[in-house]
Amino acid sequence: MLFLKRYLPLVICGFTGVVFGIQYYVPHKASEDLLTFINDWMIIIFGFSMILALASLFHVHYQKIRRRQSGWGFSLIVFIAIIVTVIIGIISQGETVDEKGLTSFGWIYTNMLVPLSGTMFSILAFFIASAAFRAFRARTLDAFLLLFAAIIIMFGRVPAGEYLWSKIWGAEFPLQMGDITEWIMGVLNMAARRGILLGVALGAIATSLKIIFGIERAYLGEKE
Amino acid sequence: MRSIFHLLIFLLIEGQAFSQELTPPKELKAFDAPYDSGNVLYLTWKGMPYDSEKVDYIVYISESEEGPFFEIGRFKSNTHFKADKNWPAWAWKRTTEYHYFEISSFIKEGKEIPLENGKTYFLKLLVTDGIKQVKSNVVSAFPKGNLFNLLKLNNLIYMIIFSVIILWFIARAKKRELFLRKIPALEAIEEAIGRSTEMGRPIYFLTGRLGMSSVSTIASTIILGEVAKKVATYGTEIKVPHTDPIVMSVCQEITKQAYISAGRPDAYREDSNFFITEDQFSYTAAVDGLMVREKPAACFYMGYYYAESLLLSEVGASIGAIQIAGTDAEHQLPFFVTTCDYTLIGEELYAASAYLSKNPVLMGTLRGQDVGKGFLMGAVFIGTGLATLGTITGAMQIVSFVLDWFKGF
Repeated sequence: MLFLKRYLPLVICGFTGVVFGIQYYVPHKASEDLLTFINDWMIIIFGFSMILALASLFHVHYQKIRRRQSGWGFSLIVFIAIIVTVIIGIISQGETVDEKGLTSFGWIYTNMLVPLSGTMFSILAFFIASAAFRAFRARTLDAFLLLFAAIIIMFGRVPAGEYLWSKIWGAEFPLQMGDITEWIMGVLNMAARRGILLGVALGAIATSLKIIFGIERAYLGEKE
Repeated sequence: MRSIFHLLIFLLIEGQAFSQELTPPKELKAFDAPYDSGNVLYLTWKGMPYDSEKVDYIVYISESEEGPFFEIGRFKSNTHFKADKNWPAWAWKRTTEYHYFEISSFIKEGKEIPLENGKTYFLKLLVTDGIKQVKSNVVSAFPKGNLFNLLKLNNLIYMIIFSVIILWFIARAKKRELFLRKIPALEAIEEAIGRSTEMGRPIYFLTGRLGMSSVSTIASTIILGEVAKKVATYGTEIKVPHTDPIVMSVCQEITKQAYISAGRPDAYREDSNFFITEDQFSYTAAVDGLMVREKPAACFYMGYYYAESLLLSEVGASIGAIQIAGTDAEHQLPFFVTTCDYTLIGEELYAASAYLSKNPVLMGTLRGQDVGKGFLMGAVFIGTGLATLGTITGAMQIVSFVLDWFKGF
């Protein structure tokens, strides 16, 4: 039992880690087939894991309704939405479009899910505004620099900024607003981004090595 | 005197015309494309004196030596040089002395037929200036899979060096204690859990949007284990809404083990990890709704995030929760930095496991990472210097041989 729970996952993890580490350098068809085979299996496993997901979803919402917890009405909507969508999906044979146009299933997707997702996404604009308001209060030198850079970028990205700049300095001025914006984004911002990305890449490699060699076992729920 | 001069000009022009006489291409070779899975052939031949805008090369392919041959490419004879291929110097001789042509499929009876692995194909070349035509001899080759991608040689060397450095520091860390700088976001975990306990409100822990194959998700599950242990000790409640069922199963096990190791298996609740949905914005809406209704005292956002980062953390900020984020998604970092109290930036997310556990073996890997960063910094300086030098001196070809070692292919 201890072998199955503790050592077998480590052996599988180490073995597959080494095999697929090597696979990255082998372009042979057999190597590509192995990768495709494993990817197919991952899709199959993911499909079966959705049973666990549904069980968890039903359990949590059933308990909420049973205990009349706050917001239990939303849980009821979850059940009704799932049942209605599944029935309509079966009737539409899982197709969103047929020769007549949108199926009922497609109608739900296009006229309910897409607008709801769009609404959530559009809220982002307001959240950016409120987050920016907090971030750009120039209380420290860092915040002031952030605010200053942001103003230049915002001006450089809108036609009004270009217009005002050319009105002040003239259209023939060698340094235009767009050039300053591009320099900030392409040099200062890019340098910081690449610095973070290099650190992330090294961290990811180190973490992968720790997992492959069984040094890191916390993800198995074990104490190191 | 004048007639002699005319005669000389005439001879020169005639001589040039004679030198540009179309002849069959020399050193024509067909061979399997190197470093691929075995469905591409290459055809190379020496550049000829008549190569110009006015002369075309036409490449033909056949499944048998006798034909029929199908045209697969037609191009100006001053194009398609081996120098055009952006491969490193150790794997491919970039030169303008030889032409090359890549073949992966051909059209037969209106259908595109891909080259088959192990099947012999026959190729020939036709040179034409629009008036005259010259054919080459027929050459053959068969595509086959290669066992090593030489283009990734530099990658392999760095990987081996970096692995050895990390393993060496792990071995060294067992003998000598290593210094680790303070990471405020990780120091604040205790404070956040304590606050939740005092306020009697739950803690929300999100593991990001990616599956278990993502290193950042693995890092976030490791942090979850440490957080859950503290949560169990303090006797407060943790809730982990999921978007991936496999991550949910792993996190259930981690949380359970954390409660057991904290000596509180009775306090563990099976539904502390629960699935919401796979859909990005449905998940975001559901978690935001839960936050607004339950008003958690602390929110953790660990792992990889997309547009939902701000939608989640701004709602968390609006309900007054203490928020700790950690992500390697560099495009989402500004949002977390703005809205959260503490943020683990990039690699700090991976360092969290070593930092929280204080395990010397895990801490050794961090020193290895630092050495890797030193190497990268050195490479950046040397690369910048060489590229500048190459541009100034015009010796870019020599410099590019060195620079190739720092590129990805």
